[in-house]
Amino acid sequence: MQLTVWTYEGPPHVGAMRIAAAMKNVHYVLHAPQGDTYADLLFTMIERRDTRPPVTYTTFQARDLGGDTAELFKNAARDAYERFKPDALIVGSSCTAELIQDDPGGLAQALDLPIPVIPLELPAYQRKENWGAAETFYRIARTLTRPRDEATRADGRRPSCNILGPTTLGFRHRDDLTEITALLTAMGIEINVVAPLGATPADMSRLADADFNVVLYPEVASITASWLQRTYGQKQTREMPIGVAGTRAFIKEVAELAGIEVPKEIENRARLPWYSRSVDSTYLTGKRVFIFGDASHAIAAARVASREIGMKVVGLGTYSREFAREIREAAASYDVEPLITDDYLDVEVAIAAAAPELVLGSQMERHIAKRLGVPCAVISAPVHVQDFPARYSPQMGFEGANVLFDTFVHPLMMGLEEHLIGMFRGDFEFRDGIAPSHLGGSAPAQEAPAPVVVAADGGAQVAWTLDAEKELRKIPFFVRGKARRNTEKFALERGTTRIDVETLYEAKAHYGR
Amino acid sequence: MSLPLCDDRPGPSLRQERGQREVFCGLTGIVWLHRKIQDAFFLVVGSRTCAHLIQSAAGVMIFAEPRFATAIIEERDLAGLADIDAELDCVVGRLIERRPDIKMLFLVGSCPSEVIKLDLSRAAQRLSQTLMPQVRVLSYSGSGIETTFTQGEDACLAALVAQCAPMPEQAEPSLLVVGALADAVEDQFRRYFEQMGLTRVDFLPARHAADMPAIGPKTRFLLAQPFLSDTARALEERGAIHIPALFPLGVEGTEAWLRAAATVFNVGEQVFQNTISSAIARAEASLHRAREKLAGRSLFFFPDSQLEVPIARFLSRELGMELTEIGVPYLHRRHLAAELDLLPDHVQIVEGQDVEQQLDRCRALKPDLTVCGLGLANPLEAEGFSTKWSIELVFTPVQGFEQAADLAELFTRPLMRRALLEV
Ligand code: SF4
Repeated sequence: MQLTVWTYEGPPHVGAMRIAAAMKNVHYVLHAPQGDTYADLLFTMIERRDTRPPVTYTTFQARDLGGDTAELFKNAARDAYERFKPDALIVGSSCTAELIQDDPGGLAQALDLPIPVIPLELPAYQRKENWGAAETFYRIARTLTRPRDEATRADGRRPSCNILGPTTLGFRHRDDLTEITALLTAMGIEINVVAPLGATPADMSRLADADFNVVLYPEVASITASWLQRTYGQKQTREMPIGVAGTRAFIKEVAELAGIEVPKEIENRARLPWYSRSVDSTYLTGKRVFIFGDASHAIAAARVASREIGMKVVGLGTYSREFAREIREAAASYDVEPLITDDYLDVEVAIAAAAPELVLGSQMERHIAKRLGVPCAVISAPVHVQDFPARYSPQMGFEGANVLFDTFVHPLMMGLEEHLIGMFRGDFEFRDGIAPSHLGGSAPAQEAPAPVVVAADGGAQVAWTLDAEKELRKIPFFVRGKARRNTEKFALERGTTRIDVETLYEAKAHYGR
Repeated sequence: MSLPLCDDRPGPSLRQERGQREVFCGLTGIVWLHRKIQDAFFLVVGSRTCAHLIQSAAGVMIFAEPRFATAIIEERDLAGLADIDAELDCVVGRLIERRPDIKMLFLVGSCPSEVIKLDLSRAAQRLSQTLMPQVRVLSYSGSGIETTFTQGEDACLAALVAQCAPMPEQAEPSLLVVGALADAVEDQFRRYFEQMGLTRVDFLPARHAADMPAIGPKTRFLLAQPFLSDTARALEERGAIHIPALFPLGVEGTEAWLRAAATVFNVGEQVFQNTISSAIARAEASLHRAREKLAGRSLFFFPDSQLEVPIARFLSRELGMELTEIGVPYLHRRHLAAELDLLPDHVQIVEGQDVEQQLDRCRALKPDLTVCGLGLANPLEAEGFSTKWSIELVFTPVQGFEQAADLAELFTRPLMRRALLEV
């Protein structure tokens, strides 16, 4: 049993819904109690979808349990087919139906519908949303994809690829897809099928016709892409086209897979490199950034923050246990401990302990950061209505890199403003805890609770003299947590238990950038 | 099948429907109950779905550390690899250690816990023994196989009633108002009762665990919400006497509701009028403006909170709206008897739901305003319908005279907005 305050991922059948709702002419019959229909609002309210997701819930009740819930399922599946006339039906159980073991797959097969019926086994007590999405996509591909049509292999044809992974409720999938489609088209590559977003069952049957697969979101598409590789020999991309370097690596990889040259002028819209080199960005150097999210976005954000904007990664983690290995490797390269957990409270503790100056995370981390008074930008699902902006705002490709530069920098105090606060702390308008002026000023930010420092042997704690405390308070609030930590660490290392003004300045000199 | 509710007049017609329901389960009540009882914590024993439902219904993370959480059942619990009782004790232990401010803990059952027959009432007793007097542990079920949306509050309050102290035999009769109300509304009602000279007035739930009222044969109770059938039964089993009344929505409902109490406690007509007359005058004046916008407009309800019937009565009688179909998840005929009498003849009430058929009927009727859940609102708006999210009717203070205009406003706003926008 796991105590959970907030969850990063929904149950696996919500992942299946994200696939069904992304596709066209597919319907999902879900054996589930009435309350599970809440999931519709994720699509209609968070993503502002203008149609209901294509899901029929059986909504069995307690009084049905003694009777025939299987019959209820069959009727629901039959009615759904009659009403919606989909080209393929996916069927499965939610957590409660899993316990009553009605076998939706077998029941739906028995109806003898004139369309493919795809049964899903999504163990709700072991797995979560992203796994459910990946598994569903894979099951659909396995059922529908046909061997390649050799006519499509004609000589002189342009190289072609599928784009795999974009779904509904994904973080900026809509705009990433536009950006990457434009990029691939500019490279002279034909797009065979985009899936699941916008794909019909007929499109899914044509996946094998492409020369290779572009895996945009490994969380959703990597199982399917690996199966396509094993079965039809289609190679797949591994690079995430996020950030300038990521996009360049992606382009190079795609060019190799397609057997073409990298076209010139492909970078003409990349502004990040110059913006980052521009002197006004100097103040970003070494800014301490803590990053948490789904594995792909977190790893990419760390690379952009450190190598393209010049910040320092002080924490890196993910809630996707399926990608723990990738996060460990990335964390090692920044010399930080990887944080792999889906416990929101652990993440909060880790962020407070790392005393970052910027948090890049999901909506969960945004709330943690707000509580700790640390600026934050959202870079990953789980999503919120704010993560579906009206404007074009991709994360991928060169335009995506431009967006990331703005996203990471916007929450921060701007360079000169930061200096002025450092110089004139007594100014009542520049008082402690004030938010950056372009973000509306006076929102009081609380200082991160001072970590209690205990020596490794569990022995003496360090104490601050009154003067040293006073001096510490003169340090701008957004670096004060770090100064406190460093000084305490410095004192402990020297076996000092009492911190006075001298110790403070010695520590400052010791850790000086 | 169409049944008249009573024989001597046509009345509204009632039909039952079965099919796909598009409503929340009773766990949703936690979203407001955990704010209402300020030192209570709600621990759902369920699945990741349950955790996700509450989080989504609460509009992800309004509160940094809420007073609710989910103990998620895992494969090893189901496979018998872990002793599920021991696991639960361990989770509760961690929780209480982390939140020493908690005085009352509700173990809330879900579909999975019901289906595997996890006995939460026994668990609550066991945990109470170790945690009392610091924390009292109660249990109820908010599962979707047994409860629909607001029925979760009913189950919670029924569990609370079972734990309330007995009232001494020789006590004077006292008034109990039952059903969670916004604090501001509760304070207004308390003032009215004081002005009428009622000195012993309690509210259930109280704002703090230690202040829950005593209950006995001298308790006279008014229901502030129409969905409290189990709670009313639990109160009656302890000898408390129900005061039948309209529900306190709109001027008419609020006046009748207060008057029912005044009559039972022998408040003189003059005192009663003095208490309410200025509030009524204010409410009527502000409703006048809403009436201009709503009169003659047609209205369709998808089933949701069981507030549909009293709200329909208010909208039709005080604001002149035309009722088409009133969907209700469940119709408590006794508690709603007075309300049903006031509905216009031939209104169609549909108990239960088949959402697809209901959407067909809604499209055919083309109402000016449709009250529906969050899953249906945007799709209907996209088809050209004006909608009101039903969940707002539960999350907004709407009871009482001072809130009558706010309640009306919830219905005028979508219409005004549609008229305002040029895009
Ligand atoms: S309907 Fe049942 S399983 Fe679904 S969220 Fe509600 S209690 Fe949990």
